[in-house]
Amino acid sequence: MTRLKNVSEMKPGEVGIVAGFTDDHLSVKLMEMGCLPGAAVRFNFTAPFGDPICISVSGYELSLRLEEAATISILN
Amino acid sequence: MASPKRLKIALIGNPNSGKSSLFNHLTGLNQKIGNFPGVTVEKKSGTCTLSNSNIVEVIDFPGVYSIYPRSLDEQIVSEVLLDHHSENTPDKIVVVADATNLKRGLLLLTQVIDVGLPTMLVLNMMDLAAKAGISYDIQMLSKKLGVPVVTINARNGIGINELKAQLAKPLPVPEKKVFSIWDDTKEPVRELRERLNVDNDYEAYLFLEQPRSLTFLTAERKKIVDQIRDTHQFFPGKFQGAETIHRYSFIQDLLNDVTLKAPDHSWKKKSNQIDHIITHKVWGYLIFFGILFLIFQAIFAWATLPMDFIDSVFASLSNYVGSVLQEGPLTSLLAEGVIPGLGGIIIFVPQIAILFAFISILEESGYMARVVFLMDKVMRKFGLNGKSVVPLMSGVACAIPAIMATRTIDNWKERTITILVTPLMSCSARLPIFTILIALIVPDQKVLGVINMQGLALMGLYLLGFFAALGSAWVMKLIINVKERSYLMMELPTYRIPKWSNVGYTILEKTKAFVLEAGKVIMAIAIILWVLASYGPGDTMSKAEEVVSQQTQNMRLTEQAFADRVAAYKLENSYAGIIGKAIEPAIKPLGYDWKIGIALITSFAAREVFVGTIATIYSIGSVGEDETTIKVRMKEEVNPDTGGPRFTPAVGFSLLVFYTFAMQCMSTLAVVYRETHGWKWPLIQLAYMTVLAYVSALAVYQIFS
Repeated sequence: MTRLKNVSEMKPGEVGIVAGFTDDHLSVKLMEMGCLPGAAVRFNFTAPFGDPICISVSGYELSLRLEEAATISILN
Repeated sequence: MASPKRLKIALIGNPNSGKSSLFNHLTGLNQKIGNFPGVTVEKKSGTCTLSNSNIVEVIDFPGVYSIYPRSLDEQIVSEVLLDHHSENTPDKIVVVADATNLKRGLLLLTQVIDVGLPTMLVLNMMDLAAKAGISYDIQMLSKKLGVPVVTINARNGIGINELKAQLAKPLPVPEKKVFSIWDDTKEPVRELRERLNVDNDYEAYLFLEQPRSLTFLTAERKKIVDQIRDTHQFFPGKFQGAETIHRYSFIQDLLNDVTLKAPDHSWKKKSNQIDHIITHKVWGYLIFFGILFLIFQAIFAWATLPMDFIDSVFASLSNYVGSVLQEGPLTSLLAEGVIPGLGGIIIFVPQIAILFAFISILEESGYMARVVFLMDKVMRKFGLNGKSVVPLMSGVACAIPAIMATRTIDNWKERTITILVTPLMSCSARLPIFTILIALIVPDQKVLGVINMQGLALMGLYLLGFFAALGSAWVMKLIINVKERSYLMMELPTYRIPKWSNVGYTILEKTKAFVLEAGKVIMAIAIILWVLASYGPGDTMSKAEEVVSQQTQNMRLTEQAFADRVAAYKLENSYAGIIGKAIEPAIKPLGYDWKIGIALITSFAAREVFVGTIATIYSIGSVGEDETTIKVRMKEEVNPDTGGPRFTPAVGFSLLVFYTFAMQCMSTLAVVYRETHGWKWPLIQLAYMTVLAYVSALAVYQIFS
């Protein structure tokens, strides 16, 4: 089985669906922020050194560090 | 039975939900609102008169996304919600939600409902929601949730009266529950409810889930909770994710029913376009540094006038008091201790006001979150956080407001490190010392035809302070060993035009906090210093004039020159002078004598006192406090050991480096004490900065001499 792609590997403008999380502790916080399995995420842009990144989810903009984004698996 | 107890109303909501704006409307008191997550970390309360003319207490809580806290600041919310039947328990809870982003707001609401306290919902920013094409069936929403719902627009006050009318009515505990606890947890919850008499299942469940939020329980009762958790093998956090999913699925169904027009899911375009420029790798930093430049210019240029004015007002006030009142220790204390001490507090007000005006505008507009976004990666390398940028940059003006601005950092370790290193940024109080010493030891020449050497030296000192701050942060990152994960996970709010009344409230609140809190300590130390500098053992002080007139019998001094000599004699024989001589052996390796020692001690109060003290010691009266004359006197001061000048380049550089690193500012220590709630961190800060200053100054002196 191929590994699912995660949010940190997306390109600006790319859209995906949250499939799951690889870090239990972070997943709880992410879900509270509206990053729910099944929710659509759009990768907006990165900060100048490639980290952190900005995504759109649940109707607002959320900034995340790459290490945080890497724990969100997506389908697209 | 008329109860004297006022009803308590708690405002709870997500960051950026406009909760603080609502608080300002309800209480008219001062409270900060910003787009910067976590701005309100302190409990703020005020009173509000409802439509039935009852007066209630309104408490503004820190913005949270859920009842499960992410940081220590947020923990206060769950503590209050779980602590039923105590005097801290709110009588009514108002959950404020952003109508343009209702989903996330409802997560918190459903948790609050389940905790079982009287709850209602306020939908804020209805105008923005309408613009985005979203509207809700409010009646249906209220019916399905089982709580009253009021719509408002906190920016212009629409709906506030309706809210006050609703709050005047009795508010029942919501009957409907959104989430019923998992079957696996029913047994421990039942036992807990029985033994501790907890109101409902979800509350008891959270007792088990959040061991750290139970600070209100007695040790005995807490032990029972721990026991139950152990015997039933309940692991906090295990079910939290599942609960969130469960709640969101309820919320999604609810929104499907009550949303009249579905939001347009084309991703927000406008903010995104602005962000492409603001966070661009070239433009982003250029804009950021441009704004910083503007702020510093404003602080240096605009604050000078009011600061000079305050300075002269207090100087003439103290002259006036000294001349009008009868001569004596009380007058002297008033004129030389209390009034200058007060002046030393008030003089910072213009800088603080201007700085917080800018910070508040940047926060209100949503720009601050972008600065954090831009700088996070760089700052993390040094154990700091993107959010540390604001305090560090503010530190160039003054460390006091800068340290107050660290409250927005929710990671404890990153916040503490930021507080500890911020005073290394060269503040404006160092400027008088820097300019006079540089003028003394660096030649006024140009290199490469255009670059002024003195200006270069000044810039070098600022850079030295900045790199010392980064370096110290990096070392502390390795030393402070705390297991607390650092998150960014921050909302980038939509750009907005700042609400000016909120900017005004911020300025007022910050200035008041500074004057009242830090002022107390500054005042106390100013008085202690006055005592040390005006009194000496035995009768040396009362005989000062006699002794000096004998010494100068043949010198035909003017009255002013004579008075200056008396002042200098008094200082030399005062307790401060004695202490200066006592520490001379310790500072001799740095190239300083006891006179500089006195200046070091008195300038512990505030760095800028250095120049004044040196002026007094070298017999220049406060009347002609003109830096050229001080400079001339300093230049002419002879080192008796060598016969050469006292202020050699080696001594000058050593002093410059000392003042760049030393924590010579009790106001800052007072603020650090207030912000860290104890003496531990201010003392550590004082120790490390003094050691750093001493060792560096020693090295500089030994190398140059």
